[in-house]
Amino acid sequence: MHIPDGFLSTPVWVALDVASLPAVGYVARRAGSKLEESRVPLLGVMGAFVFAAQMINFPVGAGTSGHLVGGALLSIALGPKAAIVVMTAILFVQALVFQDGGILALGANIMNMAVAGVLAGWLPYQLWGGGRFRSAAIVAAGTLSVLVSASLAVSELLVSGVSMSSSVLGLSFALFLVSALIEGFITLAVVKGIESINPSWIQKPATAAPAVRALTASSVVLAGVGVLFASGAPDGLEHLSEAIGIAGRQYTLLPTPLADYELEGVSSEWLRRAAAGLIGLALMFGLCRLLAKGIVNRRS
Amino acid sequence: MKPLIQARQLRYRYPDGTLALDAVDFDLFPGETVAIFGANGSGKTTFVLHLNGLLQGEGSLLVCGKPVVRENLAEVRRKIGIVFQDPDEQLFMPTVLEDVAFGPRNSGLGPEEAEQRALAAMKKVAMSDARDKAPYHLSAGEKRRAAIAGVLAMDPEILVLDEPTTFLDPPGQRELVQLLRALPQAKLIVTHDVAFARAVATRAVFFLHGTVAGSGPVDAIIQQFQWDIQLGPA
Amino acid sequence: MHHATIDRWSRGQSAIHRLDARAKILSLLIVLIAVGTAPTAGIWRTGAGFGALAVASASLARLPLVGVFTRSLAVLPFSLTFAVIVYVTGDAYQASALLIKSYISASFVLLLVSTTPLPHLLRGLERLGFPAMLVLVIQYLYRYLFVVSREAQHMRTAAISRGFQRAGFRVAAGAVATLFARSYHRAEGIHRAMIARGFERHIPILAAERLRLSDGLLVLLTLGIAVIIRTGAMR
Ligand SMILES: Nc1ncnc2c1ncn2[C@@H]1O[C@H](COP(=O)(O)OP(=O)(O)OP(=O)(O)O)[C@@H](O)[C@H]1O
Ligand SMILES: [Mg+2]
Repeated sequence: MHIPDGFLSTPVWVALDVASLPAVGYVARRAGSKLEESRVPLLGVMGAFVFAAQMINFPVGAGTSGHLVGGALLSIALGPKAAIVVMTAILFVQALVFQDGGILALGANIMNMAVAGVLAGWLPYQLWGGGRFRSAAIVAAGTLSVLVSASLAVSELLVSGVSMSSSVLGLSFALFLVSALIEGFITLAVVKGIESINPSWIQKPATAAPAVRALTASSVVLAGVGVLFASGAPDGLEHLSEAIGIAGRQYTLLPTPLADYELEGVSSEWLRRAAAGLIGLALMFGLCRLLAKGIVNRRS
Repeated sequence: MKPLIQARQLRYRYPDGTLALDAVDFDLFPGETVAIFGANGSGKTTFVLHLNGLLQGEGSLLVCGKPVVRENLAEVRRKIGIVFQDPDEQLFMPTVLEDVAFGPRNSGLGPEEAEQRALAAMKKVAMSDARDKAPYHLSAGEKRRAAIAGVLAMDPEILVLDEPTTFLDPPGQRELVQLLRALPQAKLIVTHDVAFARAVATRAVFFLHGTVAGSGPVDAIIQQFQWDIQLGPA
Repeated sequence: MHHATIDRWSRGQSAIHRLDARAKILSLLIVLIAVGTAPTAGIWRTGAGFGALAVASASLARLPLVGVFTRSLAVLPFSLTFAVIVYVTGDAYQASALLIKSYISASFVLLLVSTTPLPHLLRGLERLGFPAMLVLVIQYLYRYLFVVSREAQHMRTAAISRGFQRAGFRVAAGAVATLFARSYHRAEGIHRAMIARGFERHIPILAAERLRLSDGLLVLLTLGIAVIIRTGAMR
């Protein structure tokens, strides 16, 4: 579920770009000692591994086959922070080189697949991966990872005003569930395979740092909201988005005095939207700069 | 004459219990090119990994007179250049020029000076035209030469090559021989290729189960350990 | 392989190839925003305008037109699915708008990567303030994509030549696990080679390129054209 450009409304992609990129920068930096540049070769090669692994087909009966998505596997093998960085790198290369997912929509795709997908895959493993239900936990990790990413994507599309009827939504959720389960079983089979080669390559579930716990909790909330959004009647959703002024014709983009004041002179609708997009980008740019500065200062 | 490399009773056991080096004694003198022969798994690569402290075993190891210990590592790594077996692992930067400049940049040179050094090293291995090429666009022979340039750019006193003829066709091997003969450094070359060793080495040593079982002229060692195919025509 | 073709295109010689990556990234963002925020009314005219711009840029960059615009169809699996869903739901106009916007956006992204080698693109992103750590991981990912995907292909050929026409689930899992193991060892080897050449903590890069007048002009020109197309489509 890589959302291309053109599908998300401006407020949605701007908000998610502003949220995701600094979040990932933060994770890369927060991980501090563990994600030093000496880990770069491992993370990069692991990203290439996921790409290549996607070329290998898993027959799942009825003449169809699935392939690995990888978020859960990476979080189980490398830990959530490293997995978020690797998945983000994968999404960049997919968007740039393979036209799989948009550029403006990168923030959304990162949020869905690299952040929420990885955390949703990591949580079941972390909670139950050490005990009797280890195999079930790994299947759940893969399943939840794909399911959360997909439902977030669908809710973003709905909030953006892409019209979809309830019956179509129901059908697509059935399909998501099937492909999520496939990912669960692929993840389990691959984790077992890796462990039989070298058990130390798979992280042992351990007690997590509070920051990570908080992140996980918030991703669960996000996922819940996403599922709620997507499974609820789209009419209700439309209502909601109108209420918060997203789908409406004359929305104000950023509820700040600046947006009202500066953009007042701009008459045409699209110019206003474009300007709003630019402001979003400028914000994103500023945040990234700050983050990059922070990283550089830390280094020297 | 003082040896550039001096190993005494070097012993190393991998974490899984494999005893890979069992009391290795070895010297490399200035001007020498020594070929290391030995069966698969006899500890040749493990020994090479000790030379710049990537692995640290028991016993003593001096490189250019300095013990290979933590506080000397930066200096030792500047003096000894290792070209590993797989050039894909050695060439990790986006372009050949950036890759060759990696070592000089790490040793504290500025970008321009490092670039000059890199270009000079690329000229020595006849790779000047490939400066902006990506490593994955190079042929096996070009990859090998680029990897050697990356090490030469650090201006080492000792060159170590682990199985440098892998993947090279006969003309590529010939070029490599000519290149190695032209380089003034003392060299240590791990190889299974007897003809290649005859063409470049001044001496050979033989590894057997993690020790040096013999040392002498290349042909004598080949003879002693029957290290040749030695079959009649088919 | 797709990425190998793009990589070859990106090393071509043209006025567009020679422009600075930063200028091209900013221009791409301008176009993407102009396309993405275009209203559904008049979407055909907007699409035609930007489509013409894409064709013009591709010919200026001396790229194979058919190749570029068929490869951009890579967005279709997603776009077409959702366009059909929207169409079935009863909004034909929105369906066509989604298709047009996503296809045009994808072709401009393809134009950027086909005229700028990825390492330059990444350096441009870093200069524009992207987190350095992320840029490095992407750089290594791209470098080893060529190596690891070749390994995967070799494994597939080996499996097929030993008679696995369609490998079973377990065989496939074993193959992926093996690929993981090889990648892990490879990463260790790379790390070793880096240390052997003095790597301690930072991965150094060479000198920066200077921005030229033409780079600034490109951004202004793109902005101007985008505004003209968008205003024109409003009439
Ligand atoms: N990372 C490792 N962990 C455990 N054992 C290892 C490891 N690397 C090598 N060994 C073992 O150590 C011994 C020496 O290996 P080494 O790679 O040094 O041999 P080599 O002489 O270079 O062989 P080849 O000619 O095949 O390259 C072998 O028994 C090998 O299986
Ligand atoms: Mg070896």
